[in-house]
Amino acid sequence: MNFILDNLLSLILWIPALTAIVILLLPRTKVKLIRWVAFLGSLLPLALSLVLWFQYDAAQAGFQFMQRMVWYEAVNASYFLGVDGISVTMVLLTTLLTPAAVLISWSIKENVRSYMVLFMLLETGMLGVFMALDLMLFFVFWEVGLVPMYFLINQWGSGNRDYASIKFLIYTMAGSLGLLLAIQLIGVASGTFDLLQIMEQWPALSEPLTLLGLPISLSIETVKVIAFWAFVIAFAIKVPVWPFHTWLPDAHTEAPTAGSMILAGVLLKLGAYGFLRLVLPLYPEQAQTYAGVLGLLAVLAIIMGALSSWGQKDFKRLVAYSSVNHMGFVILGIAAYAYAGTTLAADDAVIALNGAVLQMFNHGLSAAGMFLLVGVIYERTHTRDLDAFGGLFPLAPVYGGILLFTSMASLGLPGLNGFVSEFMVVRGAWPIFTLYTALAMIGLLITGAYIVKAIRLVLHGPMNERWQGQHLEINRREVFSIAPLMVLMLWIGVWPAWIVKVINQTVLRWFG
Amino acid sequence: MPILEFTPSMLLAILSEMGLLVLAGIILLVDAIGRQGSRRNLGWLTASGLAAILIAMFIWGKPEASEGLVLGGMLRHDWPAFTFKILLLFAAAVTALLSTGMKPFGDRGEFFALLVVTVMGMNLMVSAADLIMLYLAIETTSIPLYVLAGFLKGDDKSTESGLKYFLFGAIASAVMLYGFSLIYGFSGETNLYALAAGVQAQQLSPWLMGGMALLVIVGFGFKISAAPFHFWAPDVYEGAPTPITAYISTASKAAGFAVLVRVMLAVFPAIQAYWAAILTAMAVVTMTLGNLLALAQKNIKRLLAYSSIAHAGYILIGVVAVNPPPLGTASMLLYLIAYVVTNLAAFAVVVLFARSTGSDEIEDYAGLSRRSPGLALSLLVALLSLAGMPPFAGFIAKVYIFAAAVQSGLIWLAFVGVINAIIGLYYYLTILKVVYLYRSDDEDRRIAIPGAHAVALVGCIAAVLIIGIISGPWLDWTLQAVSSWF
Amino acid sequence: MDFPVLSIITFTPIVAGMVILCLPAHRKREIRILALVAATIALLLSAWAYFTFGQAQGDYRFEEQYAWIPALGISYHVGVNGISMPLVLLTGIVIFTGVLISWNIDDRPREFFAFLFVLATGVFGVFVALDLFHLFFFYEIAVFPMFLLIAIWGWKVTREYAAMKLTLYLFIGSVIALVGALAMYFMSGLNTFDLLALEQAGFSTAFQRFWFPFVFFGFAVLGGIFPFHNWSPDGHVAAPTAVSMFHAGVLMKLGAFAALRVGIMLLPEGAQFWSPLIIILATINVVYGASIAMVQSDFKYVIGFSSVSHMGLVMLGFATLNKDGLTGAGLQMFSHGVMTALFFAVVGMVYDRAHTREIPKLGGFAKVMPLVAVGFIVGGLVSMGMPGFSGFVAEFPIFMGLWQKQPVAALIAVVGIVITAAYVMRIVRQVFFGKMPEAFEGKVGGVTTFDKIALVLLSGIMISIGVMPSLMAPMVETGTEIILRLVGGV
Repeated sequence: MNFILDNLLSLILWIPALTAIVILLLPRTKVKLIRWVAFLGSLLPLALSLVLWFQYDAAQAGFQFMQRMVWYEAVNASYFLGVDGISVTMVLLTTLLTPAAVLISWSIKENVRSYMVLFMLLETGMLGVFMALDLMLFFVFWEVGLVPMYFLINQWGSGNRDYASIKFLIYTMAGSLGLLLAIQLIGVASGTFDLLQIMEQWPALSEPLTLLGLPISLSIETVKVIAFWAFVIAFAIKVPVWPFHTWLPDAHTEAPTAGSMILAGVLLKLGAYGFLRLVLPLYPEQAQTYAGVLGLLAVLAIIMGALSSWGQKDFKRLVAYSSVNHMGFVILGIAAYAYAGTTLAADDAVIALNGAVLQMFNHGLSAAGMFLLVGVIYERTHTRDLDAFGGLFPLAPVYGGILLFTSMASLGLPGLNGFVSEFMVVRGAWPIFTLYTALAMIGLLITGAYIVKAIRLVLHGPMNERWQGQHLEINRREVFSIAPLMVLMLWIGVWPAWIVKVINQTVLRWFG
Repeated sequence: MPILEFTPSMLLAILSEMGLLVLAGIILLVDAIGRQGSRRNLGWLTASGLAAILIAMFIWGKPEASEGLVLGGMLRHDWPAFTFKILLLFAAAVTALLSTGMKPFGDRGEFFALLVVTVMGMNLMVSAADLIMLYLAIETTSIPLYVLAGFLKGDDKSTESGLKYFLFGAIASAVMLYGFSLIYGFSGETNLYALAAGVQAQQLSPWLMGGMALLVIVGFGFKISAAPFHFWAPDVYEGAPTPITAYISTASKAAGFAVLVRVMLAVFPAIQAYWAAILTAMAVVTMTLGNLLALAQKNIKRLLAYSSIAHAGYILIGVVAVNPPPLGTASMLLYLIAYVVTNLAAFAVVVLFARSTGSDEIEDYAGLSRRSPGLALSLLVALLSLAGMPPFAGFIAKVYIFAAAVQSGLIWLAFVGVINAIIGLYYYLTILKVVYLYRSDDEDRRIAIPGAHAVALVGCIAAVLIIGIISGPWLDWTLQAVSSWF
Repeated sequence: MDFPVLSIITFTPIVAGMVILCLPAHRKREIRILALVAATIALLLSAWAYFTFGQAQGDYRFEEQYAWIPALGISYHVGVNGISMPLVLLTGIVIFTGVLISWNIDDRPREFFAFLFVLATGVFGVFVALDLFHLFFFYEIAVFPMFLLIAIWGWKVTREYAAMKLTLYLFIGSVIALVGALAMYFMSGLNTFDLLALEQAGFSTAFQRFWFPFVFFGFAVLGGIFPFHNWSPDGHVAAPTAVSMFHAGVLMKLGAFAALRVGIMLLPEGAQFWSPLIIILATINVVYGASIAMVQSDFKYVIGFSSVSHMGLVMLGFATLNKDGLTGAGLQMFSHGVMTALFFAVVGMVYDRAHTREIPKLGGFAKVMPLVAVGFIVGGLVSMGMPGFSGFVAEFPIFMGLWQKQPVAALIAVVGIVITAAYVMRIVRQVFFGKMPEAFEGKVGGVTTFDKIALVLLSGIMISIGVMPSLMAPMVETGTEIILRLVGGV
């Protein structure tokens, strides 16, 4: 038990990778075995992260479960893991969504072994980002997740997958190059990649870099602004913040169901997490200066995302654009905090930031759920055209119920999770960015419009004769897969305190 | 330099010459009284005779430490002379082996006898210390060579070759003799080592001395086939019997260099800058011209002729890089050794190939690596050594030559040499490409390699490798040998 | 060190080559087995040396020295430091996998393996050389077998041209460097070619500045530096698979290593003076190489130009002259060597089956040879510097070093990485996952066990180093420190 507790993060991080190796050694034809191994291999981290969740002491300051080993001595990078309230939430989300996604991937028929291997590697990559406390390690995992995702889309995606996958890859890689260079700049200037040390040194760094032996004659402010934007753009692409979002609808739409779930559920959070973990602590001043721009982009994301979503005829594309819309709230919360975190409105800022983190978690649940449901119906009808559906409720009552439930959570119906976090963001941001927040409320209206539109076109209205007599009902496996998500949606909606407490303590300590 | 009193032991200085004379007599005797069958082995006889002399030289003929001229001041028995003699004997032995059994000269006693006489002439050349002796030695060498070059009487090309060689040689000799006479006229001396002092005593203008040097250089330039006195070489090489071509391109050239360096150092030390400048210009022109013209050749003998002109250019770098001694001259000597064994190896392959196929055209070498992998590999070794690739002798030699140039501050000359080496590599590789890459119709027809040729070829290849890999002792030898020139 | 491991490593291939030459030409099976045995010995010994490296003492481990040409102060002097040791191992790996891949060569395998082994001896000899003459000697030995290997067993269309071009380029470079080396020899007045002694010769600044370009660029020709890179893609493309592997995998490192060993370490002030120029040229290498690779339609040309691009990173690392950059360059030499060997192996396997390398005409090969596809993807990820693979471990410090030296170059060079990602993905998509043309359907088979061993070995090494940089980085650092002492950096 001590071994498990001492190495908890490493275990969570590496069990999926080990599972991938085990799967690789299994014979290609034993599809069933491969699926079960993968499923168990993803349940184990879930169990461990539940342990983590309960062992995590919200009241205690700083990072917990820290682990540190020499990794790449030549550049002073180490294998350094640790979690705080924000990352522990994200770890939980990741480990929760992965088994669900694996379960839904039962429908994958070809090349199951490679699929599962990639999926497990993807999980390791994502978890690593949330756990890393070393800037270089952060980057390593940041990139590692990219490749499996690319192949998941490219190999198991639908029609336009080639285009979508390469667009995803190039966008993200282009973003991470700036990140890489900025990380190196910071590493060279601080002589270490240890995030804790950097957090202390870098923001306070004021002497010009030439004094540190760097041939950079720019003033330190300029350098910081450049590095700030390198970070922001990298994370903004991942989130995605309007106008860097154009890869998202393509990638989400073309990815296989489980891929979309993870993409929307976790991968987008990586960007937001980057803002929280790196941008705000490392560049408080620059963040404050440019918070207005960020807020504007967030509002644009909310409104444009919602409008685009409204205009879609493709069910999956509609859900994809809704991610742009929802992640806009996360960014709005972050921007509000960045702007006012150190001012008199600090209390409001903290609320907004709390809301942003919770929104990350919530969106992870609901977006994953929505993609799952889109996948379910697509598998049976082989179409995503909203006009091709219609009146499916009687044919698939259970499915219809779940879809209603999940989309209401996504819409922000009070009593379900989405409402809580969006309310917190709006509440916190209102005194800080009144105009933006007001505009965001308009976006919220449109959110209602497109979700209702989707439900109407799918479930209600005159029944499309095509589906008469076809079996469209959701099956038990799929229900199992989505049930935990629904439970959490409801639970957070009704009693959010258990999770907000953890987040809030960290936010207060970090930023309050 | 003192002229030593005669003692019987002095005869050891002409050990090789005496041996060669005896050998020539034996050859003629065997030819006259021997039966048809024994004539076929004349090549073996000649080669083993030469080898015996070579061994005897090592045992008894090594020069002594005492400085001085022997036999009435006619000869100087020093280490350079000894080294050159060994080299010449080796070259002649290989040539004899390559001639064995070759139609129509391989069973002719006079052929081998003439060959032995030329060796004797060259041996005298490299140790001559007197103008008279020098001239006689050169003529003793040249006249049999003219005959040998034109030995294939029925063959127009060979006849042309002999005649051309004779005409060019005669003119060059005449010019050189004129130079000798001027030197004698101004100094009243014929002894090389007394000349320098004599000339200096006259307080001659440097221009006049330069003119004399130039005339002498014409004669030697012909021998070493340096531009602009190289015109005879391609035609003579192409027409002469191939073993003789090999011989002219190696031994004759080596002997030419030996006298060139000896005369220049002994007679014209005062105007070193002047003759060095002339030779530098000659070196540049020779190697560039040789290499560029070699590019266009289709006949392998002509190609090797131009390549041997180019090599004369490289060797001249060693001569002009005379200061500071002894690296320059030592590198020249080593280059000659490497060049002689390598070129003989190359010609051995040419001889063998022509013996079976009757062709010297490069394009006919197609498929050689399939017909005879061993022969192809030998050609590879020889050509790469000529190109200056390790681990072969040519690499070491080029490194020393360039080192000498760099040491004496002639860096630009080293670069000229480098560029030429690249051109050289190009055409050698072109041959190898034909050998290894191209196919031909008669790939399954083997090429016979008689015993004598095999011995010659293996000996040369082994020498190429040994000099290339274990180069330390050879360099030591050459460094030590040339030190007596200074 | 009593056991002369480096000499044995160096001469095992050539001895095997000579023995092979003595076998009758039709005993092809025996020839191959003998080749494999020799390659295995070389690999195992270099691996042994690699892993016992840490136990030996001093800057240079496993030293041996014998007089060779005493008159000029030339000795047979070998020893390895932290930078050359990985390269020796690399050579062992590439020769071993090269023999595995070439198992089915049917045209004169005897000559093929003999020449290949002569090449290997040359390469080993350069990497272990501690004597300038020794280095040149083996350097030239490594150059000329290349000509025959490409000309005889290469791709019919361009082999003559490419072989000639390659040999002449390399020869030009090396003899120019040779003149520089001779100048150093005489200038030092030490009457020795020993590298360790020449390092301490204290050449004047003017001398160093004058001669550095000759020596450095003379060797860097073989390292493929712009604008002298022209020989390399042609050569890569024309060469048979094993030779391409050797060529791009090891030979280009040979140039880079010699440029470092002779150019930078003997003429450090010259290096300081010229490093801006090297940075400019190497940056062009990186971006230009990648861009040209992007527009090629021949599979092998893509890889050929990618080598140009990656060797640019090595040169960039050299030019930084600081700890990070040099360490990265050392790692990149190894990483790129393994990676590009893998690439060319894959190209060869595809070409053997499809008989075309036109990317648009290929497709769907992942189905028939999944392992090859995985191997190529691993190589591709290494080449785009993806974390978790050796390429990242190498490129990261290079960029770190570059930041300290010339940030603008870092910004420009990083573009090369994006382009790399694009062309790698293009190949992966088209060749391995695209739709298989009907002409190949059912006609192309899988790969042999030997091929698989080679692929797994090469990919495994790249992943191991990517995950655990400590396998190699500390060793390279010890080598870097030696250079820094000479250069006077930090």
